[in-house]
Amino acid sequence: MTEPVAADQAMAAGQPALLAELAEGSLRRDAWLVLRRKPEFFLSATLILVMLFVGAFPGAVAGLFGHGDPRVCDLARSGGGPSSGHPFGYDLQGCDLYANVIYGARPSISIGLLTTVTSFVVSAVLGIVAGYHGGIVDALVSRVMDVFFGFPFILGGIIILTAFPDRKVWTIALVLALFSWPTGTRLMRSSALALRDADYVLAARALGASSPRIMFRHVFPNAVAPLLVLSTLAVGGIIAAEASLTFLGVGLRLPAISWGLQLSVAQGYLRQYPHMLFFPALFLSLTVLGFILLGDALRDAFDPKLR
Amino acid sequence: MTLGVAPESEGVTSPRRNGEPLLALDDLYVEFRGRRQTVAALNGLSYSVAAGETLAVVGESGSGKSVSAQAVMGILDCPPARIRRGEIRYRGTDILRLPERQRRKLRATKIAMVFQDALSALNPVYTVGEQIAEMFRVHRGDSHGEARRKAIEMMERVRIPDARRRVGDYPHQFSGGMRQRIMIAVALALDPEVLIADEPTTALDVTVQAQIMKLLRELKDESNLALILITHDLGVVAEVADRIAVVYAGQVVEEAPVGPLFASPAHPYTKGLIASIPRLGHRGERLPTLRGAPPTLAAPPTGCPFSPRCPYAQPVCVDNVPPLRDVLPSRRSACHFAEQVLADA
Repeated sequence: MTEPVAADQAMAAGQPALLAELAEGSLRRDAWLVLRRKPEFFLSATLILVMLFVGAFPGAVAGLFGHGDPRVCDLARSGGGPSSGHPFGYDLQGCDLYANVIYGARPSISIGLLTTVTSFVVSAVLGIVAGYHGGIVDALVSRVMDVFFGFPFILGGIIILTAFPDRKVWTIALVLALFSWPTGTRLMRSSALALRDADYVLAARALGASSPRIMFRHVFPNAVAPLLVLSTLAVGGIIAAEASLTFLGVGLRLPAISWGLQLSVAQGYLRQYPHMLFFPALFLSLTVLGFILLGDALRDAFDPKLR
Repeated sequence: MTLGVAPESEGVTSPRRNGEPLLALDDLYVEFRGRRQTVAALNGLSYSVAAGETLAVVGESGSGKSVSAQAVMGILDCPPARIRRGEIRYRGTDILRLPERQRRKLRATKIAMVFQDALSALNPVYTVGEQIAEMFRVHRGDSHGEARRKAIEMMERVRIPDARRRVGDYPHQFSGGMRQRIMIAVALALDPEVLIADEPTTALDVTVQAQIMKLLRELKDESNLALILITHDLGVVAEVADRIAVVYAGQVVEEAPVGPLFASPAHPYTKGLIASIPRLGHRGERLPTLRGAPPTLAAPPTGCPFSPRCPYAQPVCVDNVPPLRDVLPSRRSACHFAEQVLADA
């Protein structure tokens, strides 16, 4: 049995390049190879890591210039500009703006991540179940999705959040997730729908795999890439949405510290104290930019057509 | 009998060549319901296979040969498909009446299937080792290490060179022939008694085709498998099959051992098929062909489905469906004029 085997291997040698391009098996490895060569991947990854660190350990970063407590305020310095030990100046209450901006990272990033993770999980589960099972389950999920697609995102957020006078980070995250799951679900559903009749799904069924096993072991890994990209892109959008809601007065409330609140206060004093608007806005933009760049890089890496 | 996971007989089982069918499809009717029309894919199809035997199910595209395999494996998409009537008996038990859990257990452990295109039948995101090992982990509850060891063993059994090194490779890194071997390894992992191979070599070139057929035959002999080979290639059939079931318009029109069938077909359709095989010495002539096209199964002809194309057709063929009957010992034909066809050969 050695000669035919050798022939077989020779055949393989002729076509690996073509096959490697066609097959999805190397997708993850290829994606990494593509990412490694992209400067914007490292830029965005660094930005996100820094912001995550700031969000996780604000105390360690806030004290860098000697005035680490965001709640130590001196009204006499209200709106004061940048000075020694206070690189970003003071806010309206005379608190150190740098410490405030640093402490503001946590709620923004937590809401961004919490919302995205929640809607990722909901999208993945509902999308796969709807796409794979079809029929009445699919009809039900799709109609509910249509209803939520009909709501403008911000308007829906305002309506529901007004009903909660006591708003915490998780309330806002859940409300934002409530309006962001349909996009991902629709994406996942279409992927699952396409994979439902794939030969390897049929083969898995023929070899005695149960429905949940097929859905989560065989369909999910092949369908997840687009959702992953969408979710990374969405983190930036969610952080901006949280800031918008807070700015509009339906997000977090004083005395909480967040970028949205800082912007909301600073907006009224734009001409007198522009630095109060500038610094929180800069951090917010950098964070959003980081996630969007990462999403872009991932999208390019996972999409063989763009190569 | 109970159909739980019976104690596995390790290695080679004792030969059971007593003619008792292991798997039997009996009078199976399957239809596909579309919005505008209903297509009758199987119309009273019956065939059976015994341990250690190779049955070739032969027919042209759309004759229903693959549908019969999918019905056995329970992978028909229902709806639109519906099994209207009939039984699929495994060791005498009608598996169509079993609860889904037991049926699932039966697949893979007792009845397994090899697909036509191994590249699309293997999941691209897992290594081949993981996919073979999955069988042991899910159905036998083996640990990762144990399952991996058995996966390498299986790869060696289907003669994949350097199995230990290649166990971590992805399906696309294998050639077509090697992938088909992996598919066979997955199917045979749990020592099934029946293996259905649905056009296992159609996607391969002729040399590799021969290797895969040889492998299937060797594996069949090693473990006394009942092998159902679905194909439209009469050349492949002549080499490996013991018996042939010729399918036309969703029913078996002739069933016979290989030798006699090629020597003297008992159905005009088989006769036409064999006549249209190119032979040495036919040089310079046009090959004989079957006139007409297979019937649309949305509106099958009345009477014998082959009658519109049949050179032997008489008025009785349009009025009465010929039953599949014994025309000679171990030979069956569904033709009113089987004796005449036999005599003409």
